[in-house]
Amino acid sequence: MNLWLLLAINSITFGGLLFLLSAGFSLIFGLMRIPNLTHGSMFMLGAYVGASMVMTFHLPFWIGAAIAALTVAVFGGLIERLLLRRLAGAEQAQVLVTLGISLIVADFCLMVWTGDPISVATPPGLVGGVRFVDLFFPTYRIAIILIACVIGALLWVLLDRTRLGAMIRAGVDDPQMARVVGIRVSRLFTIVFCLGAALAGFGGIMGAPILSVYPGLDNDMLPLALVVVILGGTGSLLGSLVGSFVIGFIYNYGQALFPELAYFVLFLPMVVVLVLRPQGLFGKQAP
Amino acid sequence: MTATRIGLLAGAVVLLTVPLWVPGDYYVSVCSQILIYAIFALGVDVLIGYGGLVSLGHAGLFGIASYAVAYTLAAGVGHIAAVIVALVLALVGTALFAALSLRVTGIGFIMITLAIGELLWGLAYRWISVTNGDNGISVANRPAPFGISLNPPTHFYYATLVVFALSVFAAWVFIGSPLGASLKGTRDQPRRMNALGYHVWLVRFCACMFSGLLTAIAGILFIYYTQFISPQTLTLTASAEPVLMVISGGSGTLLGPIVGAALVEIVKNIASAYITRWNMLLGAIFVAIVIFMPEGLVPGSRRLVRALLKARAKAPAVAAAAEPNSGEPTP
Repeated sequence: MNLWLLLAINSITFGGLLFLLSAGFSLIFGLMRIPNLTHGSMFMLGAYVGASMVMTFHLPFWIGAAIAALTVAVFGGLIERLLLRRLAGAEQAQVLVTLGISLIVADFCLMVWTGDPISVATPPGLVGGVRFVDLFFPTYRIAIILIACVIGALLWVLLDRTRLGAMIRAGVDDPQMARVVGIRVSRLFTIVFCLGAALAGFGGIMGAPILSVYPGLDNDMLPLALVVVILGGTGSLLGSLVGSFVIGFIYNYGQALFPELAYFVLFLPMVVVLVLRPQGLFGKQAP
Repeated sequence: MTATRIGLLAGAVVLLTVPLWVPGDYYVSVCSQILIYAIFALGVDVLIGYGGLVSLGHAGLFGIASYAVAYTLAAGVGHIAAVIVALVLALVGTALFAALSLRVTGIGFIMITLAIGELLWGLAYRWISVTNGDNGISVANRPAPFGISLNPPTHFYYATLVVFALSVFAAWVFIGSPLGASLKGTRDQPRRMNALGYHVWLVRFCACMFSGLLTAIAGILFIYYTQFISPQTLTLTASAEPVLMVISGGSGTLLGPIVGAALVEIVKNIASAYITRWNMLLGAIFVAIVIFMPEGLVPGSRRLVRALLKARAKAPAVAAAAEPNSGEPTP
């Protein structure tokens, strides 16, 4: 009985991390129609930068996390401004350039941080667990769940309640018409790309105490982000939230119940959704 | 037309004489590898270049063929039966792959194929009772068609070359056929093709099947080349490789994927001996190609050569036209 509860907590935690990763991915994909295959690399880069800040420079965890998120945001902004901007609509060139960059990032990380996995200490104050009735909950995992919820709420306020959010939604729905009414869609692109990159980088360092940081983390996370977005529907915040938690649960329970078919079980709901509802659970139209 | 023929002839001579002029057995093997990946990339190019469908899951189909050969050989079946089983399984796999992924096009297609490729990788990685997990499956020996053993690298190279030539010819016939022409139609104007009475989905499905066939052939050659298969062959990176080859070489051409395959395999196998950070080099090459030749190396070089020829043809004319003016004093 306790195992099931533990699995549930792990699932929700992992879902929270996936949400940080996939919310930006979904927005970038929905607004810019760019298959950003560097998103896994951004997660990994954030994790490595944050790990260096915390473990080598002994900065407080949250400052390290902020630096990691900012670094990755700047990196994302540079990619968008210098490369992706020229390639609007050229989907093959976008695939080539994003994959090329992810190769470079992976090799760069291998060069700087070597191939040994780095484990990041849980931030002090969040070590240990919380006792509730007669059950024991790890504090850091609860913190991740809370942070993911807060960021989800902030994103919702940003997208649904502010002028910028209204412009982004207009850009997602009809970029040409948004341009016609005077919205600078190209600036929105940069903002959204930086935001998505920052979220991915932040997710990387948040996940580091649980997942640790190792070469290949990028290729482990990218497919998960894709599955979440396919499941939830592109460009939809609610979609990536629900998709993240569904995938979080399937991932953890799948590993525990059918270890031989864990990945098969992970990708199966995606296939079912595709067959029944190709635009995803909360998507508006087929991409 | 004659230039094409001369080029083809030169290419054939170069490929036929490879074991004579490369510096050793290792390099002959690298050339076999280039040809195998060229077949794989051609298969992917049928979809990318002619169908406008970028697949990031083809390593899964490649892997089905390889694993099928390895598994059936390990079960004690002969080479011919193993190859037939591999082809059938890979084609059934491709049919399912196409049925699922062809529900959408564009970026949606990229993502679904990627996810299916990951699913197949997950099976190879975790379904240990069949695939032996991370330890992989080895193949004891290569076949000996007509009594000629394929174990020496040179023999294997020539066998690969024969299959390669047949594959290129098949791709050339396919592209030139009415089916190939209608595939290009579905790439450029799917709605008009539909209005003209073509079954767009079926045309794309046929292209997927042909692409899967080439991929399976490459997969079978690959398992005999390395004599070992592990989930590493089915990773996302492995799926991205042929796509990168096609786009960097030039999609929608028959030569592009071959050039791309040569580029990637040479960096991987030869430059990596001299440069530790060859992955970074490869990434930088891709980014540079996107910046300077977004259409790919083959069409890009063609454009450059044409521009150079035009400039050279124009230069005397311009000089001649400028001369009388330059001598004239301004009024």
